[in-house]
Amino acid sequence: MAYLVLEDGSVYEGEGFGATRTDVIGEVVFNTGMTGYQEILTDPSCYGQIVLMTYPLIGNYGVNWEDPESLRPQVKAFAVRELCEVPSNWHSEGSLNDYLKRHGIMGIQGIDTRALTRKLRSRGTMRGMLSERMPAPGSLAAMRSYTAVRPVDAVTCAERFEIPGKGPTVAVLDLGLKASILSSLRARGCRLLVYPAHTPAQEILRDEPGGLVLTNGPGNPNENPEIIENLRSLAGRLPIFGICLGHQLLALACGADTQPLRYGHRGSNHPVKDLDRDRVYITSQNHGYTIVEETLPANMRISHRNWNDQTIEGIRYEDHPTFTVQFHPEASPGPKDTGYLFDEFIGSLTVSNKISGNANRMN
Amino acid sequence: MPLNSNIKKVLVIGSGPIVIGQAAEFDYAGTQACRALREEGIKVVLVNSNPATIMTDPDIADYVYMEPLCPDSIRSIIRRERPDSLLPTLGGQTGLNLAMELHESGVLAEYGVRMLGTPAESIRRAEDREAFKQTMEEIGEPCIDSVIVHEIDTALEFAARAGYPVIVRPAYTLGGEGGGIAGDDIELARICADGLRYSRVGQCLIEKSVAGFKEIEYEAIRDAKGNCITVCNMENVDPVGIHTGDSIVVAPSQTLRDAEHQMLRASAVNIISALKIEGGCNIQFALDTDSARYYVIEVNPRLSRSSALASKATGYPIAKVATRIAVGYALDEIVNSVTGKTYASFEPTLDYVVVKFPRWPFDKFTTAEKTLGSRMKATGEVMSIGANFESAFLKAVRSLELGLWSLEFRDALKTSDEELERLLHWQSDERIFVVTEALRRGVSPRHIYDITRIDQWYLYKLQNIVRTEESVKAAGKSYLTAQNLRRMKRMGFADRAIAAWCGIAEKDVRDMRRRMGILPTFKMVDTCGAEFDAVSPYYYSTYDTENEANPAPGRSVVVLGSGPIRIGQGVEFDYCSVHSVWALKEAGYETVIINNNPETVSTDFDTSDRLYFEPLTPEDVGNVLDLERPVGVVVQFGGQTAIKLAQAVEEMGYTILGTPLADIDAAEDRKQFDALVERLGILRPQGGTVFTAEEALELARRLGYPVLVRPSYVLGGQGMQIAHSDADICEFMAVINRYGRQDHPILVDKYLSGKEIEVDAISDGEDILIPGIMEHIERSGVHSGDSISVYPAFSLSRRLQDTIVETTRRLSIALHVRGMINIQYIVSNDELYIIEVNPRSSRTVPYISKVTGVPMVALATRCALGEGLRAMGYGTGLVPARDLFAVKVPVFSFEKLPDLEVSLGPEMKSTGEVLGLSRDYSEAVLKGLLAAVMRIPDSGDILLSVQDNDKQDLLPLAEDLAALGYNLYATAGTAHVLNHGYVAASLVGRFSEPSPNLADMIRGGHVRLIINTATKGRDRRRDGFRIRRMAVEYKIPCLTSLDTARALIQSLKLNRTRTEITPLGLHELTQTPRGTQ
Repeated sequence: MAYLVLEDGSVYEGEGFGATRTDVIGEVVFNTGMTGYQEILTDPSCYGQIVLMTYPLIGNYGVNWEDPESLRPQVKAFAVRELCEVPSNWHSEGSLNDYLKRHGIMGIQGIDTRALTRKLRSRGTMRGMLSERMPAPGSLAAMRSYTAVRPVDAVTCAERFEIPGKGPTVAVLDLGLKASILSSLRARGCRLLVYPAHTPAQEILRDEPGGLVLTNGPGNPNENPEIIENLRSLAGRLPIFGICLGHQLLALACGADTQPLRYGHRGSNHPVKDLDRDRVYITSQNHGYTIVEETLPANMRISHRNWNDQTIEGIRYEDHPTFTVQFHPEASPGPKDTGYLFDEFIGSLTVSNKISGNANRMN
Repeated sequence: MPLNSNIKKVLVIGSGPIVIGQAAEFDYAGTQACRALREEGIKVVLVNSNPATIMTDPDIADYVYMEPLCPDSIRSIIRRERPDSLLPTLGGQTGLNLAMELHESGVLAEYGVRMLGTPAESIRRAEDREAFKQTMEEIGEPCIDSVIVHEIDTALEFAARAGYPVIVRPAYTLGGEGGGIAGDDIELARICADGLRYSRVGQCLIEKSVAGFKEIEYEAIRDAKGNCITVCNMENVDPVGIHTGDSIVVAPSQTLRDAEHQMLRASAVNIISALKIEGGCNIQFALDTDSARYYVIEVNPRLSRSSALASKATGYPIAKVATRIAVGYALDEIVNSVTGKTYASFEPTLDYVVVKFPRWPFDKFTTAEKTLGSRMKATGEVMSIGANFESAFLKAVRSLELGLWSLEFRDALKTSDEELERLLHWQSDERIFVVTEALRRGVSPRHIYDITRIDQWYLYKLQNIVRTEESVKAAGKSYLTAQNLRRMKRMGFADRAIAAWCGIAEKDVRDMRRRMGILPTFKMVDTCGAEFDAVSPYYYSTYDTENEANPAPGRSVVVLGSGPIRIGQGVEFDYCSVHSVWALKEAGYETVIINNNPETVSTDFDTSDRLYFEPLTPEDVGNVLDLERPVGVVVQFGGQTAIKLAQAVEEMGYTILGTPLADIDAAEDRKQFDALVERLGILRPQGGTVFTAEEALELARRLGYPVLVRPSYVLGGQGMQIAHSDADICEFMAVINRYGRQDHPILVDKYLSGKEIEVDAISDGEDILIPGIMEHIERSGVHSGDSISVYPAFSLSRRLQDTIVETTRRLSIALHVRGMINIQYIVSNDELYIIEVNPRSSRTVPYISKVTGVPMVALATRCALGEGLRAMGYGTGLVPARDLFAVKVPVFSFEKLPDLEVSLGPEMKSTGEVLGLSRDYSEAVLKGLLAAVMRIPDSGDILLSVQDNDKQDLLPLAEDLAALGYNLYATAGTAHVLNHGYVAASLVGRFSEPSPNLADMIRGGHVRLIINTATKGRDRRRDGFRIRRMAVEYKIPCLTSLDTARALIQSLKLNRTRTEITPLGLHELTQTPRGTQ
């Protein structure tokens, strides 16, 4: 037996799997992707979360060494309708159950995941607790006071590293990066310099990269004041491409505000309109906050919108060669329809080398 | 982009009759399209020869033409109606081919008709093998090594280079017709010759076989702006090599990693973009099972069976969206009607598993070749939804109505281990049950995978089911703890199966569950995995904690649907179910449909107020009734499927609206019925009921041969035969009892030769209304569904008509009919005999409703609700015949079913029907035959070979044919009689005689028509059988009844005297009935 308890006191009874743990507390979020559970589990943006899959059959194709987005599962716990014990795929190197056991992650199965999703949809994201025993009455208070402390610090790399490449040099500020951001850039020939999240701007600029990528990452964007401050010094100094948390932090650095979404956008089927191209693309999403439209300064133009709820999905900075998106062009999991943004970014690098003097002056 | 305002009037071409490979899915797609067009204020001109469809209803389109689907007739309609546009991609391959022909021949340009949606050039590039291959090469999408051939030699050269096996795929055919897998030169030569003949352009693709790869399909949509989405992907449980229409299909894919799914999805988007599709498109891939290698197998630039399935599996209305795109909208402008808030430019996500299971006709066609391959054989399909694979699979198995309640398949149970191993290699309709039996006996999933290439993921799931079955069987009733029972119900086991294993009654299991609180919960299909609040009331059952369907009790009426399309129960019953729902809505009730056929309009999310996608079994239906607590249940429109549930519905304490259960039984039960007709003084052929062959022999001898033998409580005359001798009786009884477990007796009746008359009547219990009397062209002995049926009756005396009306009235009132009744009569020696009564709607109701203008289903539904006919404004008694003739002609799918006897008899064989409509009788017949693709060129050879009894009757027909200028050829006996009757006919040698003989003649390509009546059709070694089968293979019309031949010849004569056929639209028949009797 295992129990998933929400902060509103509702209890979902199921069967435990993975590691045996007690009282695992986290933010409970649902993801609507039908495939890609290993990518989701290992996405550092999911740090501190109890992730619930809306698709009922999870673990079908096992786990492998190719799909993870980071070295280990980042979630606090995993909730599914039905765990597949005997996976089948030519690529499979083991079962999901064993994988989670090995990494000390607890899971729960056999719960009515649709009922839980409907609850989160109507009540908004809640914190919850996963436990092998019926939680004590006092645990609700513990749950309600839970927040992930400095989650970015927990998932960023310990020190700068380099990935060689023949093409332009791109700096990557690791806020909790997904490996596929790096592979998307590498596939386009870039030489990559990856920096820990708190690297001062001057250190990055000293390496003279052609451009900067701000990655995805976990948590409330507002809780990163040092990084936001740092980004203020980087904005305009070189072409920047921000993804997810990177998109939010740059917006905060440049004067806009963010706010939490009721229950976030997590899945592989979200339509986003590229307003410049007048085209809708299907995107991979995984975020709980959004930029507040009313707070956008004049130099920030909305370039992309979520076509489901019209929230901001992309910003173009009119005064420097910088653009950021809320969704995940690196996909993994999800469609690669917006991979063109990486090309656009790489394109802006050569242009920016010529105009870097101008950019400096503008600042 | 908004609506293109230049579009005012659109021609929509339907897909014609139901045939194997093209079933009700196009009625669903077409109906959705017509509604979408009319919502935009666009006038719709609809052409479809199939009168059983909803799309041909006057409510659906502005101008409805039930006319032959051939270029000449469409051209006439275009000339009359002058539509500005044509929507080509909703009428299946038939509609698409026709549109392309009209485009290529310049007809569209001549009349200024533009093609909406996907441009003609895109269609050509997707359909034409050579152009397609070239396009795929240009965009770097991998195709299987292949060659396009126009002759057999090139195919053989390719195979020598690429190696066997190779697959033959003819261009422009439906359902993989004429294709196959060849393992050597001889096979290749044979299949390739077939393929070239079937292809409209005499072209075949010969490709290296990737049989055994996974088959994955994507349904993609693109708009003119270039926005692309994939609605759904689907994984075939059966590997590449078995036609997807004959495969068990699962949505979404289960065994693909995200990387693999995205690789194929990206390819699908790449392909649909390169082809510049504007609308829906189906892309099929072969994916290697141990690498990321994949190939594009096929692209269908139109709506297809798979898109209907994808629509129902996800809730995404593909046809509606494709239509909106065709008239100018972009995906980001079209609202998702399921959520009501979001747009069509997103990809549905599922939080359940969908299983599609094909429905094959082999329960009726016991002698047909059951091997599955690249040529589709299923007539229909069921779909089921579950929270896990096991429950979806078991629900699908129950929905098939094959008497299966679990994975225990009686034929497989008896098989030896060696035989079972051999059967695993045979790709047949029953293989999945062979697989489960092998799992039951401990064969490893790995071993089964090596043989079948069914992914082990599915095998482990099936093993899970089988192991649970075995546990409960071993432990019996003690197994039924709350925990085990809940687990079993979650896995989808039927109470009935559990009860049987534990040796208790089904009711005991149900009561036990209720005590333990193990009750079904209903979940919504909402396209978005519960991310958004949805407005679509479309549900499936699970055993979970939260129930989402909360209808107020006592407000709804439940209409039971008709399940999968099969021989004898086609789209016509869906027409009736949908119309009943509409009538109930009109009467102010909340409407509920329970059905499991993904191809139909009844399972469209906006047809009823609530849709439950469930098996049509007492338990599954009962679950919905317990939730709905309806005012009543309507069982008379869902064919035999729904009628069979009447007893269970009443036993569960729910009200049947319409004819009471006792009277339904009185009509179906032989003894009660005999007593009734005797009491009413109605004549019927002498007969009785038997259970065993001995009893049958005794009765047959007493009645005197020939006699009619048939099981009771079946549809489509299943198992019905005319026996001429003791030997026949023995043979037929063996076949009937092969179906096993005959709960109901077998009927043996004296066979009467005469005119067959059919009547559909509506009764309120006091009065009746007969919209029209139908007369069959073929004499009795041919199943009514296979006969050419003419409205109004053309040769009945006034006295007989009166007798028919009066008999129908007395019988309806005696049976307390409230709603529909269908009666079949024989007129023999000027006396009226009754041969069959069905206390329900029949297959003729849609066409009679349309041609008489009497909304029969609506009136019958109102009668079932308790209203009186007199108040309805259509009068009572026989409605005076309209000034027109409507000729319903059956259509067969013999070319899809090798080895099947073609000759018509009392057992139904047709899969669909077409209508010929005209003010003139002969023209109506001609149109009907044309629509049934019975096109006879003006000159050429005609082959005659008839049984002795028919030889004299053939003479005048042969004379007419000779006068029409045909060269007559005949087999010895027939030639002898003809020549003695002064009709010149050349002698053709039998198959066993040296060339030139029958085979050479048929292959020669000059034979336009074959008239062959069977002596004893079942013996497949005889020349007659071979002639008829060869006729099918060579696409030569073959008539097996002189009555049909007579009608055809009459229409051929007419055809010589006129230049063109005049279309007659339904809207031209609008005058209301002129008073009533």
